[in-house]
Amino acid sequence: MRLAAFDEMLPEVSGLRRPYSAYDRWLKEQDPARLTEKMQDAERVFRKTGITFAVYGEQEASERLIPFDIVPRIISGNEWRRLTQGIEQRVQALNAFLDDIYHRQEILRAGRVPTELIARNEAFLPEMIGVRPPAGVYTHIIGVDIVRISEDEFYVLEDNARTPSGVSYMLENRETMMQLFPELFQKIKVRPVENYPQLLRQSLAAVRPQGTKGAPTIAVLTPGSYNSAYFEHAFLADQMGVQLVEGQDLRVVDGHVAMRTTEGYKQIDVLYRRVDDSFLDPLTFRPDSALGVPGIMDVYRAGNITIANAPGTGIADDKAIYSYMPEIVEFYTGRKAILGNIPTWRCSEPDSLKYVLEHIHELVIKEVHGSGGYGMLVGPAATKKECEAFAKKLQAKPSNYIAQPTLALSTCPILTDKGLAPRHVDLRPYVLVSDRIQIVPGGLTRVALKEGSLVVNSSQGGGTKDTWVLDD
Amino acid sequence: MLLGRTANGLYWMNRYIERAENMARLVDAGLRMALTRTQSASEEWSSVLLSAGSDVTFSQKYSDYTAANVADFLLRDTSNPSSTMAAIETARNNARMVRTALTRETWESINEAWMALKRMLAKPIDERDLPSVLDAIKRETALIRGSFYGTMLRNEIFDFSQLGTYVERADNTARILDVKYYVLLPSISWVGSTLDNYQWESILRSVSAHRSYRWVYDADYKPTNIADYLILNVRMPRSLTFCYRFLSEHLKFLGDDYGERHACHATAEKTQTMLRAGSIKDIFDAGLHEFLANFIRDNTKLGNEIAQDYRFN
Repeated sequence: MRLAAFDEMLPEVSGLRRPYSAYDRWLKEQDPARLTEKMQDAERVFRKTGITFAVYGEQEASERLIPFDIVPRIISGNEWRRLTQGIEQRVQALNAFLDDIYHRQEILRAGRVPTELIARNEAFLPEMIGVRPPAGVYTHIIGVDIVRISEDEFYVLEDNARTPSGVSYMLENRETMMQLFPELFQKIKVRPVENYPQLLRQSLAAVRPQGTKGAPTIAVLTPGSYNSAYFEHAFLADQMGVQLVEGQDLRVVDGHVAMRTTEGYKQIDVLYRRVDDSFLDPLTFRPDSALGVPGIMDVYRAGNITIANAPGTGIADDKAIYSYMPEIVEFYTGRKAILGNIPTWRCSEPDSLKYVLEHIHELVIKEVHGSGGYGMLVGPAATKKECEAFAKKLQAKPSNYIAQPTLALSTCPILTDKGLAPRHVDLRPYVLVSDRIQIVPGGLTRVALKEGSLVVNSSQGGGTKDTWVLDD
Repeated sequence: MLLGRTANGLYWMNRYIERAENMARLVDAGLRMALTRTQSASEEWSSVLLSAGSDVTFSQKYSDYTAANVADFLLRDTSNPSSTMAAIETARNNARMVRTALTRETWESINEAWMALKRMLAKPIDERDLPSVLDAIKRETALIRGSFYGTMLRNEIFDFSQLGTYVERADNTARILDVKYYVLLPSISWVGSTLDNYQWESILRSVSAHRSYRWVYDADYKPTNIADYLILNVRMPRSLTFCYRFLSEHLKFLGDDYGERHACHATAEKTQTMLRAGSIKDIFDAGLHEFLANFIRDNTKLGNEIAQDYRFN
């Protein structure tokens, strides 16, 4: 099935859009052969620097590149301002929601979100009840996935409030583009994203525990070099100038978390962890975890370390909660959500389930707790047999699924052997929360490289593009 | 201040880079001998394996000491943890782990060496290509060394890296000397004499010193001179004395930086003093093999102490 999608560069109806006009002029002057060469250069740069990711379940291809497309995705200054207002509002609401849900639970008492959705949710951590993180911030780093379907319609597809990844690609994509096409950046004023690591560091330092003496010691906690996002963990630690630690380097010493160094144990004040909640502390969560730090939750509850993002933030980006986000935003900010949600059917509700089963071939059905594009069904692209098989799974455990209409995601051109060709894209801007909210102008544009495909996840054959926010 | 695990990664990364190159050098020397002295080719290859410390594992897998088998085993067989390919892979895994401690140039040179060798060593090496493969390996490790020396800050990261390099190198030189010397020397009474034997060149070639030897000594290969060169010469970059000069220096930097001396400092100093005071005659009088066996044992001890003292064991 082909959807009539809105193309962000060349919409069928109105012709070349303004944000792309300068780029288009430049592009027309280029020799196509040179562009193809540049594309190969880009791949070489990525391989050389080792910007790879691991794909689970593929032993041989244990290190793969995320394909990079050299045509930038361009957003005007005005479009960006509107987006950031919506994102800021949403991020405020997410933090307020988390604080409420782990304290007074007023939103449940007000009946705006069903209690059982929280109480029986694995992402809800009872261990966090009554715990107030340093500076009152729960989600320090958020990646909000946004899709566009027309000139004026943007929707939030997903809030990533746990440990959103991909920011290293945003930075490396820009770096690569500047290496490949320095002249473009002289012609077109693009707002910089390069200072993200400094902002991240400042942001983490600002939420240090109250008792920290002097400059806080910050570290990035990685599950290790075999993790699919290891490159990013190392990259961020490096760019921030902080230590990259693993669970085996850490232990609790005198009520603080400390790392084992060549000179003995040294205290850590802020831990940017890229390890899931359940692995964080074997004494509190999964006892078999070797990736975390035994006793870190006690240190945390005593207010002696900042964990970013806080444990238990997953309850805010859970796909079952997602459908309540408009209510959540309104409840905490007192205003209607600036950025809308995609209409969502909760399969746990009998009427919705009935509708979803009847329209399965039109819908995208996702697992409530899944991520990375695994375990989902894209109805229009699936065979009849696949739909039937999925319907069985759905009926067996309806509460495990939500469904959304198949949206005609906007497209952006990519460079193919036959010239430019439109492909579907989404956008993940990165948001930093400390005593203020900061959004780096840009983000990660993911692009489905297969013609007509709507799945942009890198694990499913998606690629990335540099994202330009114009300084206009 | 460095994570113990990072110090460990740096140390082993450099040991394995050194080892990857040593294997290529050993095969190079063997190839040279096999080409010039066809009759004893299999003996030569067997002594190459002995020097590499891989003779036992080799014989479990192969029965013939041929160039193809030995080159395959020492260069590309990843079931042999000391093969060039396995060593480069381990070095890269360690580099990946300590990425944040390396300059971009250093990391990229290691990553590129790994990519190039993986491609080159994917298939068994055609004998005709062996010289160019060996060249390529030496070139890749030289590029790593060049990027490393050219871009790394001389701090503790540099110190731990160098400790790995020199502990590995000292071990390698001592083993080559120990194994080859007795294979080559017809009888102990020959020690002082001049030998008109191409085979001596293979010892020197194993440590890339066959040309420089002639700059320092006569053109003749004398067993005492060769031993003197590889053990006591202060300027020869693969001699035991040279290695210990730098091991002591980097340990001293660490001791000064951290304001603390450990057991490893004493061990390194003891060996250095012994090397400085000794003459080649004394060494031969007391027995070269005993000397080298003691040296290898103390060198291993030093490696263990460094790991313990700097909390990366």
